Amino acid sequence: MPLLEAHNITKNYGSVEALRGASFSVDAGEVVALIGDNGAGKSTLVKCLVGAEQPTSGEIVLDGKRVSFDSPTTARRMGIETVFQDLAVAPDLDPAANLFLGREIKRKGLLGALGMLDKAEMRKQAAERFTTFGVTLQSLDVPIGSLSGGQRQSVAVARAVAWASKVVFMDEPTAALGVVQRERVLEVIKRVRDNGIAVVLITHNMPEVQAVADRVEVLRLGKRVARLTDADMSLENLVGAMTGALNQEEAA
Amino acid sequence: MSQSTLDYESTVNTEQQSLGKRLFSANTLWTGLVLLVLYAVFSIMRPDAFLTLFTFQTLLIEAAVLLVLTVGMTFVIITSGIDLSVGSVLVFAGVVGAQVMEGMSPGGDATGAGAGVIAVGLLATVAAGAAWGLLNGLLIAKAKIPPLIVTLGSFGAALGAAQLLTGGSDVRTVPAQLRDWLGFGQTAGVPHMVILAAVVALHGAWLLRTTRFGRNNYAIGSNAEAARRVGINVTGHLVATYAYVGALAGLAGFMSLAYFGTTTISGHSTDNLNAIAAVVIGGTSLFGGVGTVLGSVIGVFIPAVLTKGFVVIGVQPYWQPIAVSIVLVAAVWLDQVRRRARNSR
Ligand SMILES: Nc1ncnc2c1ncn2[C@@H]1O[C@H](COP(=O)(O)OP(=O)(O)OP(=O)(O)O)[C@@H](O)[C@H]1O
Ligand SMILES: [Mg+2]
Repeated sequence: MPLLEAHNITKNYGSVEALRGASFSVDAGEVVALIGDNGAGKSTLVKCLVGAEQPTSGEIVLDGKRVSFDSPTTARRMGIETVFQDLAVAPDLDPAANLFLGREIKRKGLLGALGMLDKAEMRKQAAERFTTFGVTLQSLDVPIGSLSGGQRQSVAVARAVAWASKVVFMDEPTAALGVVQRERVLEVIKRVRDNGIAVVLITHNMPEVQAVADRVEVLRLGKRVARLTDADMSLENLVGAMTGALNQEEAA
Repeated sequence: MSQSTLDYESTVNTEQQSLGKRLFSANTLWTGLVLLVLYAVFSIMRPDAFLTLFTFQTLLIEAAVLLVLTVGMTFVIITSGIDLSVGSVLVFAGVVGAQVMEGMSPGGDATGAGAGVIAVGLLATVAAGAAWGLLNGLLIAKAKIPPLIVTLGSFGAALGAAQLLTGGSDVRTVPAQLRDWLGFGQTAGVPHMVILAAVVALHGAWLLRTTRFGRNNYAIGSNAEAARRVGINVTGHLVATYAYVGALAGLAGFMSLAYFGTTTISGHSTDNLNAIAAVVIGGTSLFGGVGTVLGSVIGVFIPAVLTKGFVVIGVQPYWQPIAVSIVLVAAVWLDQVRRRARNSR
């Protein structure tokens, strides 16, 4: 039984049909690459699956139970984390504040009851996390808006990975990364998978897909058109599926 | 790939920046220096008239009411909102409080009222301000009407409501005990108005700097969508913030009653702009996400010192708004430069 499944998701923005009956599934402990041309609907599908958008129709099944996520908070409570394509970080806050955004550690006792935050503890834990995930930061005290695009992306990845217990969605997490940082993110993805967590990776980089993905699902014009396993993941097949030359699910 | 390129050595510099370095890079330090220099210049020019305890005390007292408004305004502007209605809400709340105190007094004359009546008056004033702020907040966060429009509407409506309540004239009987204790009272040379304003500012600084409420305030102003996606209740927070500003405007209205002994209906039409100017001079960004209460406090005193100083050295007072405008534009320009430097990364 797949960990997370979606059946026939549609999503309309006014007259734009971003998703036209897309299906998707991912198992625990596997890395699924979700690929497709620009505008195929990948980001929209992810937003629908994590509660950031409400699908127009269709159903989502988690652990065999039908669910609907009215907000990302609901999805996060069930162990689903996301690196959004636009990152969704607060540029004026420092890396530690972003890592703990919405999940701040409070002080103990009365001061905590008054809402006071334990900044030192969060800073310490954040430094540890960034070190384990290989995020390179010159300073923990600058707003992350002043970091490089790649560093920002690394912080967003570290945040998602730090809190996920079931599924991590990553919408182009390596788009702005240099070679070393990219390798590190791919390592992190593998490590997360080895802990039994499902990883959904969206990327336009085919060598990356071949390097980390256990399976591939292909979206085209708002629908899933192919599911490829390890053996079929040749560049030819991947590109064929994205451009429409190869279509497994037309009849379905 | 060789292991060395993937070496997870500690690449995070965990050392706190030194206090000096942090202070040096903070806008607050620079605005604070500007304030000190202004104070020093006027003191040197007229030590006899400017550098006196009396001048210092009046400077603080006259700034106290605006300071309370400014603390609330800081929170709102950090959420990338604005509140143009603070002055009118101050008047409205003051009228409600004054009429409640009159209503509780024999013959409708509150001059001789005691502590009980004054306490009820305080509650009524703050509640009236908070209620108007709540209305602002609901219209902004729930009905999604831009804050500029909502609070521009309230700016007119709250003043109109105050005038309707009084028939256009000021309420003139304010408990003498209130005036003695809060309006003119002192403890060890420190005016009670100033103590109250300082308590509000300290509480505001604490709330903003160290609590989850404050952290959420910055996050919402920095990227509201990101805040929503990590589960922060953005709507609820904004409603609470505007209610807080309203409550502080109410408190400021009560202080104004105590100090002036009347509701001063027509005296607060530029409070909103003065508060906004103070906040912006203090380094809070109109784009949201950045700002401190301490900066805003400094931002209140720069115009105040200019006003006092110009009077003392005999410059025509008409120069004051011009000088303040220059400081204001410079502050916004600095903020823009800083943002551009950052966004071009
Ligand atoms: N908020 C929106 N309003 C209107 N149309 C939208 C919105 N979001 C997405 N769309 C449309 O839905 C379609 C799919 O967009 P989506 O962002 O999901 O594509 P994508 O596969 O992630 O592309 P990319 O690889 O470029 O990130 C596009 O045609 C886009 O214009
Ligand atoms: Mg996308």
